[in-house]
Amino acid sequence: MDATEIGLWGVPLAILGGAIRVSTPFIFVSLGEAITERSGRINLGLEGTLVFGAMSAYAVAVMTGSPWLGLLAAAFAGLCFGLFHGWICKFPKVNDIAIGIALMLFGSGLAFFFGKPFIQPSAPDLPAIPFGAWSDIPQVQAALDVNVLFLIGAALAAFLWWAFRNTRAGLILRVVGDSSDAARAMGLNPNTVRLAATGVGGALAGIGGAYLSLYYPGSWTEGISSGQGLMAVALVIFARWNPLGCFAAALLFGGAGALGPALQSVGVTQGYYLFYAAPYILTLVIMIATSSPSRSLAGAPGELSITK
Amino acid sequence: MSDTVAGAPATFGAKGYPAALEWVARRAEAFVIPIVALIVGMVLFSLFILAVGKSPIQLYETMWRGGFGSWFSVQNSLSRAAPLLLAALCVALPARLGLVVIGGEGAIVLGGVAAAAAGTAFSGAPSFIVILVMGVAGMAAGGIWIGAVGALRHYRAVNETISSLLMANIAIALMNQLVEGPLRDPASLNKPSTQPLADIYRIGNMPGMEVHWGLAVGVVACVLSWVLIEKTRWGFAARIAGGNVRAAQVQGLAVGSLIVGFTGLAGAFAGLAGMLEVAAVQGSANASLAAGYGYTGILVAFLARHNPLAIIPVAFLLGGIDASGGLIQRRMDLPDATVLVLQGMLFVVILFSETLYGRFKAFNPDLWQRSR
Repeated sequence: MDATEIGLWGVPLAILGGAIRVSTPFIFVSLGEAITERSGRINLGLEGTLVFGAMSAYAVAVMTGSPWLGLLAAAFAGLCFGLFHGWICKFPKVNDIAIGIALMLFGSGLAFFFGKPFIQPSAPDLPAIPFGAWSDIPQVQAALDVNVLFLIGAALAAFLWWAFRNTRAGLILRVVGDSSDAARAMGLNPNTVRLAATGVGGALAGIGGAYLSLYYPGSWTEGISSGQGLMAVALVIFARWNPLGCFAAALLFGGAGALGPALQSVGVTQGYYLFYAAPYILTLVIMIATSSPSRSLAGAPGELSITK
Repeated sequence: MSDTVAGAPATFGAKGYPAALEWVARRAEAFVIPIVALIVGMVLFSLFILAVGKSPIQLYETMWRGGFGSWFSVQNSLSRAAPLLLAALCVALPARLGLVVIGGEGAIVLGGVAAAAAGTAFSGAPSFIVILVMGVAGMAAGGIWIGAVGALRHYRAVNETISSLLMANIAIALMNQLVEGPLRDPASLNKPSTQPLADIYRIGNMPGMEVHWGLAVGVVACVLSWVLIEKTRWGFAARIAGGNVRAAQVQGLAVGSLIVGFTGLAGAFAGLAGMLEVAAVQGSANASLAAGYGYTGILVAFLARHNPLAIIPVAFLLGGIDASGGLIQRRMDLPDATVLVLQGMLFVVILFSETLYGRFKAFNPDLWQRSR
């Protein structure tokens, strides 16, 4: 299983495989965050939701023996967290960013609290589809072992991209996100729309967490998330609130994260940790390059506090 | 504040109530609401503990014993409070300008690495010089890091919350790179660290207690920050700019310098926390620097409502809650994350209580009925 057997080709292959494997939680969290942010709120608490989703998915999968029930439990838990965020933020003077930070702490705390008994047992994994079965090379097979959630995430990104433009719900979401006043004039209640958007966003983040504990890395530990929930928030800005952009950015982040280990496997060990920071540096550089003091970010929802 | 208070000699306010009563009422809000919120948070947490089948009374009793009940536990809590004081200032100072900076962890980590590197480089010099240089290096590293966040905010309109978060992750990667690479002590095998500081360059405990000098430094930093915000023209200007940037600019205030100055100072405090962690606790820079003080500091600052003086008791409170975690785990057979759940609940309740300010007539003499 040594990558040097296929020479330097192992590097792009490992990056591709890593991108597919690592990116799935990014896809779900960032799509969820994109829906929430399009409604004019930001939920920084998705990191906590992700961790709690990972724990609840794993716990339910251990107890019932079904990874799909685990996935459902994670989505439901995420929905509850999202609805709570959406509800509490409708009160005046309650800061959505700060509540997000609090929920990040609270979600991880609850996950660690209830997750203690589940660190030992092993849960059934979510299934993967071996797209690499045609090849004899184990690296190719490993890289092309694609989890169903990745495919669902890709389809969801395309669907949301279409739905934002072409459906009534998408239009309502965008109006509320761009101007609360315009929404009220249309007879919409911005708080209700944002409540729903934050709830759906939380559910998707929960699914992202389920992927972590039920497929890759595939077990429940307290260090299961390496900040994917937070990075996804930056990723949405990077993707300009466009679901297809979120998908591409998630792949890019996943690939950048796989760069370090891939280079290490062919003997390049210099700067291992800096490669790990590559996605963050990339996001920061792009934010610096595209922000301007005289106008808000292109494509940004008008009501979003972080772009004002 | 109000004109009745400014005109101190008047014993009766405009509404015919004693001026002293009005004075108390106006200030009571800032104490009553957070304390009530704290109690509500603890009650909610009691319900949670009841729901998992344990006794909340026993829990709070254990928490008291583990964090505050004896001189030993108080010292433990104070030791944990020390870095939290400085980490909280990293959130509270920018908050005066209306900025939510949550990446203090990055400044702590880099401050620690810079201090360790400086300590190694100046090895051999008299100890007070080395400690001074380490402090300056830590503060400079942290100050530049968070100051850059402020500069990006003002000159490029890059959101400070996101950029500080990204830069915290970059800082941690940078620390790992430096500690595993150029700054690594070859003797540190399992846990890559920088060269250990010689004992004479370590910061010791304050006389008569098992708490290092970092606590005193943190308290002084909080008091100085309070003076800066409340008693100087820079603090006043920062509050105006935090309220309305345009208004501040119309007044001719140099908003850019204010933002960079305040964020830089905030980062310098966090960097100092990292330096103290290296010089007083760890003895070298390693991955333990990223212990989450930066994130608990956010909680402390919000609980204190960004008032530097209030940070002191709140940091002690949270240090105590933190310190009691181990005892709760052993005595009550609860997970160590129990204190995290409590912290999270308190955080949410305190943030929610923001919506209550200005809603109660009792705190606003202007709305009182004239006494008959």
